[in-house]
Amino acid sequence: MTQPSPETSRPSVSFGQILQRVFNPDLASTLGSIVLAMIVGAGLIALRGVNPLLAYQALFDGAFGNLNSIAESLIVATPLALAGIGVTIAFRAGVFNVGAEGQLYIGAIASTYVGLKFANLPGYLLIPLMMLTAMLAGGLWAGIAGLLKVWMGASEMINTIMLNYIATFLVSYLVHGPLQEPGSPLGQTAMLPAQAWLVHILPRTRLHAGLIIAVIVSIIAAVVLWRTTWGFHIRVVGKNPIAAQAAGIKVNWILLSALMASGALAGLAGFGEAAGPQHRMIEYISPGYGYTAIVVALLGQLNPLGVLAAAILFGGLEVGATTMESAVGVPSAVVTVIQYLIVLFLIGRGAFDLIRQKLHREKKLEQRT
Amino acid sequence: MEFTEKKPSFDDQPILQVKDIVVTYGSFVANDHINLDIHPGEIHALLGENGAGKTTLMKVLVGLLQPKSGKIFLENQEVTINSAITAQSVGIGMVHQHFMLIPTLTVAQNVCIGLRSAGYPFPDLRKVSNRIRELSERYNLQVDPNVKVSQLSVGAQQRVEIIKVLYRGARILILDEPTAVLTPQETDGLFEVIQNLAQQNNSIIFISHKLNEVMTISHRITVLRQGKVVATRNTPETDVRELARLMVGHDLGNLNVRHNVAKTTTPPLVRIENLRFVDERKLESLRRIDLDIHEGEIHGIAGVDGNGQEELARILAGLFTPTAGKVWLAGQDITHASPARRISAGMAYIPGDRQRTGLVLDMSVIENSILELNTHNPYSKNGFMNFNEINNLATNLVQSYDIRCRDLQQNVGTLSGGNQQKLVLARQLFRNPRFIIAMQPTRGLDVGATEYVHSMLIEQQKMGSAILLISTELDEVLELSDRISVIYGGQIMGTFHHGQTKKETIGLLMAGKTL
Amino acid sequence: MNDILSFLTSPVVSGFFSASMRLAAPILLAALGGIYNERAGVLNIGMEGMMLMGSLIGFTIGHITGSLWLGVLAAALTGVLLGLILGFFTITLDANQVVAGISINLLCVGLASFLYRLFYGLGLQPRGSDYGIWNIPGLSQIPVIGPMFFQQSPLVYLTYLIIAVSFIVVFRSSWGLAIIATGENPAAAETLGVNVVRTRYISMVISGALCGIGGAFLSLVATSVFLDNMTAGRGYIALAILLLGRRNPLGLLAAALMFGAADALQLRTQLLNIGIPFQFMLMLPYLLTIVVLSFFVRRTDNPAALGVHFKQGGGES
Repeated sequence: MTQPSPETSRPSVSFGQILQRVFNPDLASTLGSIVLAMIVGAGLIALRGVNPLLAYQALFDGAFGNLNSIAESLIVATPLALAGIGVTIAFRAGVFNVGAEGQLYIGAIASTYVGLKFANLPGYLLIPLMMLTAMLAGGLWAGIAGLLKVWMGASEMINTIMLNYIATFLVSYLVHGPLQEPGSPLGQTAMLPAQAWLVHILPRTRLHAGLIIAVIVSIIAAVVLWRTTWGFHIRVVGKNPIAAQAAGIKVNWILLSALMASGALAGLAGFGEAAGPQHRMIEYISPGYGYTAIVVALLGQLNPLGVLAAAILFGGLEVGATTMESAVGVPSAVVTVIQYLIVLFLIGRGAFDLIRQKLHREKKLEQRT
Repeated sequence: MEFTEKKPSFDDQPILQVKDIVVTYGSFVANDHINLDIHPGEIHALLGENGAGKTTLMKVLVGLLQPKSGKIFLENQEVTINSAITAQSVGIGMVHQHFMLIPTLTVAQNVCIGLRSAGYPFPDLRKVSNRIRELSERYNLQVDPNVKVSQLSVGAQQRVEIIKVLYRGARILILDEPTAVLTPQETDGLFEVIQNLAQQNNSIIFISHKLNEVMTISHRITVLRQGKVVATRNTPETDVRELARLMVGHDLGNLNVRHNVAKTTTPPLVRIENLRFVDERKLESLRRIDLDIHEGEIHGIAGVDGNGQEELARILAGLFTPTAGKVWLAGQDITHASPARRISAGMAYIPGDRQRTGLVLDMSVIENSILELNTHNPYSKNGFMNFNEINNLATNLVQSYDIRCRDLQQNVGTLSGGNQQKLVLARQLFRNPRFIIAMQPTRGLDVGATEYVHSMLIEQQKMGSAILLISTELDEVLELSDRISVIYGGQIMGTFHHGQTKKETIGLLMAGKTL
Repeated sequence: MNDILSFLTSPVVSGFFSASMRLAAPILLAALGGIYNERAGVLNIGMEGMMLMGSLIGFTIGHITGSLWLGVLAAALTGVLLGLILGFFTITLDANQVVAGISINLLCVGLASFLYRLFYGLGLQPRGSDYGIWNIPGLSQIPVIGPMFFQQSPLVYLTYLIIAVSFIVVFRSSWGLAIIATGENPAAAETLGVNVVRTRYISMVISGALCGIGGAFLSLVATSVFLDNMTAGRGYIALAILLLGRRNPLGLLAAALMFGAADALQLRTQLLNIGIPFQFMLMLPYLLTIVVLSFFVRRTDNPAALGVHFKQGGGES
């Protein structure tokens, strides 16, 4: 076997190659999962007595049919992308951050509090301050589970979920109590000062700067994962923590920092929702974005750029769902089902391989007889 | 050791006949038209190196693997052994190299698993225990049926494995490398049991790669090489040299190791003092270790697997924290230093399980090359990785150490075992470390790769590294070491210079007999 | 002494004990199922989803037929189906067991919502019947523990039966030995003729069935409605008590009672208006889970092969 010459073995991580990683052989089965899920979804729609093609047309129209739809889809995609990238970083380190939902809530309420408290600051100071607060709060919330994992060996999967419930109860208390908008019976804070609102980037739509933040974060995350030492450590620990430890990598620190970074991004997603579409903190600021982010991360194959694309897809699905419901009467829950069928088929990719192997074996048997 | 035995007459009909068995894994042929005859009361040795196909053949006989073609005859009747139950019903049983026991259950429970005759749906443990005691008596296999397996010694666990197989009515017993985990004295005990079994007309297939043992215990020997039967001999008609030639295809050469009478006058580079280790199950794996290793010395640790070697290696590598004691490297106390600090101080760890601890199988050759060095200049600057330098390093390693791979992007998991180990070595030795911990460095490697690893270690020794060589292959340790220490029960039983003492003495120490 | 006794048998305290058992039951049922699959070496992280679907289907069938037991049966069958699906992904396909389980959970949340609206539309919330309490004569007269254990819904008595049966099956029967072997050393089990894959599938099916029944408990006995997400994390708490109770039916009972008590306490203090905002009381079971999981569990008790995929036939020499 010939030795590799320096020219043929380029360093593994030019930006183009990061992009290439998204379009790998797995992409075919990823797309296949989406298609299959849509087919099953069509079945469920037919159960309701509606023509699936009509329904899907309404879905697509509602998602990307006009400028306003696109804007709405991207608005939903923003927190999905941010939280999804956060989940990606944790997953890459082998840590199951199922707590993005709670971290999102904590980031949202913390940054809202800061935004209200320092309302006299100019926008170019206030917004970064709020962003920082959101990331810190989300990071620390995740850090609770992280510390318990690293010190006591406790399952971060269970603990982050428990923290989700605790976070929502905490927020409920705060928006009905100390942080409640004066004079209002609703579970929400006062409105944020105008300079804290994320600026609209597309005229005559609600699309806000949060999207730009998401895109920037996705690029930074990709660079971090494949070009920095910390990112390398995360990937090594995720694939083989024992070898990582033997090689001198501080595994506990990587687990903790990855989980906290994950929480920080989820917290940032919370900030985006508060400062973007809502302009305040409300009791149910997230309809489960933190959980959907897990699906989006898997669909994006744990690559920040892929996660961004997957988030846009899911954003479209969510937005299109309501249009589909009002247009043809199919409950939007069908779309939720389709979304999770996608991930089920994704993890069931192995089934395609199995079937292929079986066919291969049977063919060989035939050849012998 | 002399064994007076009744010589079985091989004019009898063989009880087991294996004809033209072929086993393939994809395109790789593990068993290539194997033919074998076993007679009642015969002890038949199956000799061959790692990867020669011995265990594969045995898996076919016990129903764990299906051959692609070939026939098996038992007492002249053709049988198809397609499951463990079938093998059991025709009287074939196997004692695996890695014990198939459930530590949290008792001996009796272990024997019952999967056995309808033990009682269904509720096993009659009392009946089982009694029968176990009967078998113990008959074959001299001392075992208490009501003890949890986790509390048994390795020798006792092996006896349980043999009883398990006898309980199920085996007349043909296959023992796969049974002495790998035994001391020389325990091995003698096992040989007596085997003799006893053969005298009561059971047949034994004894799989081994140890020439001396095979010569001692067997009536006939079949040699496998690269999946084929190379020869079958009557034991009295052959010798170790011929077997070696048949097994590896050439005479085992001498490595011509130059042994330094270790400079024990100069202060040692590595000092291990009073090391003690109690693990999380409250077992004292290391009772007291005092050792020192000098520059340019290969210090070998001989011992049977499971006497604290793994714990010692890991403590030195910084993966375990000792309960007591200290470790010094070049005068610095590194007892509580992190692995990263030890690496910076010039320590290199070649772990015993390269696929788990030494490599990230799912990453490329180039990424595996910088597992340790990725935080060091020039491979990392301000937290960013410097790919030019990393590329150069990887290319360098692959060329210098002759690592066969398609390109640097190849997944390490797809490399052969030998090339994987070479990568591990390359990565560690490239830094010219001052102190090398080599744990079972040639485990699972073929002769060629083993010789290469040995030559690399010797080269480092010549350059002045201190090397701690821990191996369960006594011959390897004896051949390479300048000094050799024997470990037993977490203690050093004695330290000798090369050539200073007889192999038998070492064997006794390995078994815990103090001089 | 008399004062203590009268305190313990007072209606408030007695009601508290009774509620503890009632609130412990769903988690206990799910965790009992978990004994089988975890001891067999497979993780069932999908318990939350299986419980939720069990709640829905159990409620629906119970509502239609008016029969508690038909509802329970339907819920069990739902769990069986989900157990098979998750088993297929984890046992046959070697998918990451945690990811697969969480995916099933997410799928079930959406599916349950969708199906509920499919069955009942967006109108008024249907209510199920009250299936009543069985008073066990004699035993229910025992002070303190009588009302707690023996004046409960028949489904609770089913739970006791399952505890007893599980204990006998797992620790005394030959199949139980096979399960333990499969979870500790599947290669060894295979050489002894145990079909590892089949054993694991069966354990997943049992697990799913019991989770389904646990879910049905919530919508048929504990309340008489189905609400979106009504399991509220109980499936995950069940995972925690599996660890705390050392995967032993009796240990599980004790651990589940502790959580039931926390739940019961939280409900009561809401009514009593102590001055602590009710949201903090709601947090109680979840905080308890974190504390218990982090500080009171030993990691060395896990079956050696838990979570590790098993390939039939093993590798070569």
